Amino acid sequence: MAALLNGKLNLTARPAPAQRPSVRTNAVALKPLPYAPDALEPHMSKATFEFHHGKHHRAYADNLNKQIAGKEWDQKDLDTIVMSSWNNGNPTPEFNNAAQVWNHEFFWESMKPNGGGEPTGPLMEAIKRDFGSFDEFKNQFKAAGMTQFGSGWAWLVTDKSGKLSISKTPNAVVPVVEGKFPILTVDVWEHAYYLDYQNRRPDFIQTFMDKLISWDAVSDRFVKATA
Amino acid sequence: MAFVLPNLPYAPDALEPYVDTTTMTIHHGKHHATYVNNVNAALEKFPEMKSLGIVDLNKAVGTDAIPKEIATTVRNNGGGHFNHSFFWKVMTKPSNSNGPSAELKAAIDKAFGSMEAMKEKFNAAAAGRFGSGWAWLGVKADGSLGITSTANQDNPLQQVADEKMIPILGLDVWEHAYYLKYQNRRPEYIAAFWNIVNWEQVNDNFKAASGGGMPAL
Repeated sequence: MAALLNGKLNLTARPAPAQRPSVRTNAVALKPLPYAPDALEPHMSKATFEFHHGKHHRAYADNLNKQIAGKEWDQKDLDTIVMSSWNNGNPTPEFNNAAQVWNHEFFWESMKPNGGGEPTGPLMEAIKRDFGSFDEFKNQFKAAGMTQFGSGWAWLVTDKSGKLSISKTPNAVVPVVEGKFPILTVDVWEHAYYLDYQNRRPDFIQTFMDKLISWDAVSDRFVKATA
Repeated sequence: MAFVLPNLPYAPDALEPYVDTTTMTIHHGKHHATYVNNVNAALEKFPEMKSLGIVDLNKAVGTDAIPKEIATTVRNNGGGHFNHSFFWKVMTKPSNSNGPSAELKAAIDKAFGSMEAMKEKFNAAAAGRFGSGWAWLGVKADGSLGITSTANQDNPLQQVADEKMIPILGLDVWEHAYYLKYQNRRPEYIAAFWNIVNWEQVNDNFKAASGGGMPAL
């Protein structure tokens, strides 16, 4: 379980959970979007968010809660459920739902209104060191997203020492299960871009990089992972 | 001979209201076209493989017959080209089909109990395929009908398939097949599919598969 940082996967500060009644019923909530559903227009439409967050992400949370209701995992946090259900590469039925809840929260938080541009500071230095240039990082990140055949995700990940690399995963798989610390992701399931870009996945990824990435969030994750 | 994008057997609006015109246009003209271009590009390096034809090329996926260098590209794009060529033909305008033949109906009843039971099993395979993929009804090696699903652009002709069979009916459950009209409502799309099945083609597929073959695509 080398991938866990203090027993937790999450690398961004999360608000303390609301007071719960003494009997836990649902372990996993549908976390609200960090911005209004139209905040990323025209790059990612309100309609997309209504389905992507309001239906897809919601369904993963609802279905996970049904699977774990009354069982041991109902008492656990999401990070623990993801790692446990991965089951060392022989995932249980809960994994797809748990990981997809995790992945989508991570994805929303990877974006912000008026995003894009470039990182600064230690993260930018690391990018230049490990990819040669920021443009080369973008080329490789885009290539990963374009070549993940079928559904999946492209990731920028770091190890504990701050060495950056790019990863791509199918379906619900998250690089934490491979011992890496994600700091940025783009969802390349078709539902992430089909209403806005149809088959044009390369254009979607390019726009994501140019206009949507929250480099503040990514830097924050980088600092925490390498602390 | 390079592979060619076949024309749709009908106008792009023929499957309305169950599959929308825009989806048919993009699905055929962009997604399927890309698979054709990509498999042709891969086979440029190994032109002797072009003579296999798309069915035999797919049967070779997962064997040494396909050079390692192009194995994944052929699996994904040769698979995609077969799957979509097959798919357009097993669909037709609503109310344009007279249903399964007596022989096919008998085989369905034998394998599943009833037509309704077969559809339930097929629908479950289609809905349960996590991520991208296909659901299939096909003839297994022992001659009986079976239902399976495959990931991405895999199909049951390929040696990589968990359950091998000669497909007689298939349904694309990649999100690009239904997202513009149905969004996340995949089960609704699956239910709608039964309105546009071209049973005459499925009957032909069944006859050929019962003899171990496939009709020309």
